[in-house]
Amino acid sequence: MLWLGRVARQAASLAATVLIGGLLTTALVRNSPGFDADERQLDARLDDSTRALIQAGHAENHNVLRFYARHMRGLLHGDLGMSASLQTPIAGLIRSRYAVTAEIMAAGLAAGWILAFVLALAAVWNGACARITGVFSVAALSLPSAALAVLVFVLHGPVHSVIALVLFPRLFDYLRNLLQDAYAQPHILTARAKGLHPVRILVRHVLPGCDRQLLALAGVSASMAFGAAIPVETLGDLPGLGQLAWKAALARDLPLLVTLTMLITMLTQICNSVSDWWVRE
Amino acid sequence: MKAIPAILLALLLIVSLVHGGSYSSQHRESIDAPPSWRFPLGTDDLGRDRFVRLLDATRISVLFAGAAAFAATLLASLAGGIAGYTGGWFDHMVVRTIDVLLSLPSLFLLLVTRALMPLNISPVLSLLVTYALMAAMGWLSPARVIRAGVRSFFDSEYVLQARAEGCSEARILVRHILPNLRPILLAQFWTSVPVFILTEASLGFLGLSAGEPFPTWGSLLHELQNPLMARPEAFAPIVAIALCVCCFKRITPWRVSQI
Repeated sequence: MLWLGRVARQAASLAATVLIGGLLTTALVRNSPGFDADERQLDARLDDSTRALIQAGHAENHNVLRFYARHMRGLLHGDLGMSASLQTPIAGLIRSRYAVTAEIMAAGLAAGWILAFVLALAAVWNGACARITGVFSVAALSLPSAALAVLVFVLHGPVHSVIALVLFPRLFDYLRNLLQDAYAQPHILTARAKGLHPVRILVRHVLPGCDRQLLALAGVSASMAFGAAIPVETLGDLPGLGQLAWKAALARDLPLLVTLTMLITMLTQICNSVSDWWVRE
Repeated sequence: MKAIPAILLALLLIVSLVHGGSYSSQHRESIDAPPSWRFPLGTDDLGRDRFVRLLDATRISVLFAGAAAFAATLLASLAGGIAGYTGGWFDHMVVRTIDVLLSLPSLFLLLVTRALMPLNISPVLSLLVTYALMAAMGWLSPARVIRAGVRSFFDSEYVLQARAEGCSEARILVRHILPNLRPILLAQFWTSVPVFILTEASLGFLGLSAGEPFPTWGSLLHELQNPLMARPEAFAPIVAIALCVCCFKRITPWRVSQI
């Protein structure tokens, strides 16, 4: 029963955050000074009645609360609405694109974690490695994700390596400090003095000691990966959710923006909740 | 060896202050020209000197990122400081608000808000709006750190002793808590500058930073949207960004340790 209560609390917190996130985005977009601006109105081929129709389409969304309530009603019936700019059902757009983003993010997350963990371990085990890995980490941290994407595309590298390179320095710094602290613990020093194999020390003594921090970091790294996916998909012309978000922002597509914000907030919250739950367990 | 990035960045900043070129001047006789003595980084497809634009972009990006970091630290110290100092329901409310806002995807929200500016926005205003948005969304994490700092100082033994000796709350705040908070505030400021430089670069690459012809590091990166067609000298802003961020990464721990 206690377990059920905890799950219910997490679900309620998740739902509240998603609803607040959606409402904030709606209010933000609606109150932006350029909300009513529509590039189609500059099209000289359109007559006044067509321009008035476009204007009327925007007027429907003027009341933030009414728009949000209508959007939520649609969501409850499984209808995510229509994209104003692409004239396609949003559910179909997300269905056709989520696999691309999920694949890039999963591969990027796995590669980023492996790279960061191996190099952090090398830095802790070997003083000479610490300098080299430190320089590598600072170099990766000093470049914007877009620049990393450009470099990888120029060198014809795999797309997911961009996300791995964006995540690596952030994970590396944290993991190195975590492992350094763990290896300084008295029971680890005793194990080393007794001549235990380094892999055994790592697997049996070091990792179980810092599993909570690692799980918390895993939750955060998933949302970082989505941030990196936006420029990667835009640059690589990959039909994923990151590119869809960019296109929706440029086209001022309110229904699509609100749905994407809610979706991304929900995913971030789920990742955080799952890692929280594991940590507590 | 460690000072090389700082020296190069300082050199770039000094030259950007004294050079006489204009970032918007078009040399129509040398469109898309390769590097030469006259144009060390060549010209772009409108005949504008890439080197002059890079110098101006260096000055603008560093200055505005610094200003945005200052504004974000100020906001964070106000929100975090008041929450930590007052405690109770206000503290709880601020912490919850920060948690909710942090769970929203910040780059996505920045992208959305910046894209929703009017179509005819002026270049200077677009630059100001971009950095103001970054400051408005960049205070959340520092506010948490500052709040935690204020709370720990508030519960410390020396504050307890000061209170026992009859010090007023205002005096405790000004004489005991604020001076101890200085390293935390400085660390947050120096950490925010490179974060804002990198965020602006990502926004600019997507075409959502300062409007043309205003140069920033991000807007110069926009030229690389088709990287395979770009000339090697068009990659110079990436080197400048890396140098600058590297400098700030070195400055932060050094400045904090100085206090």
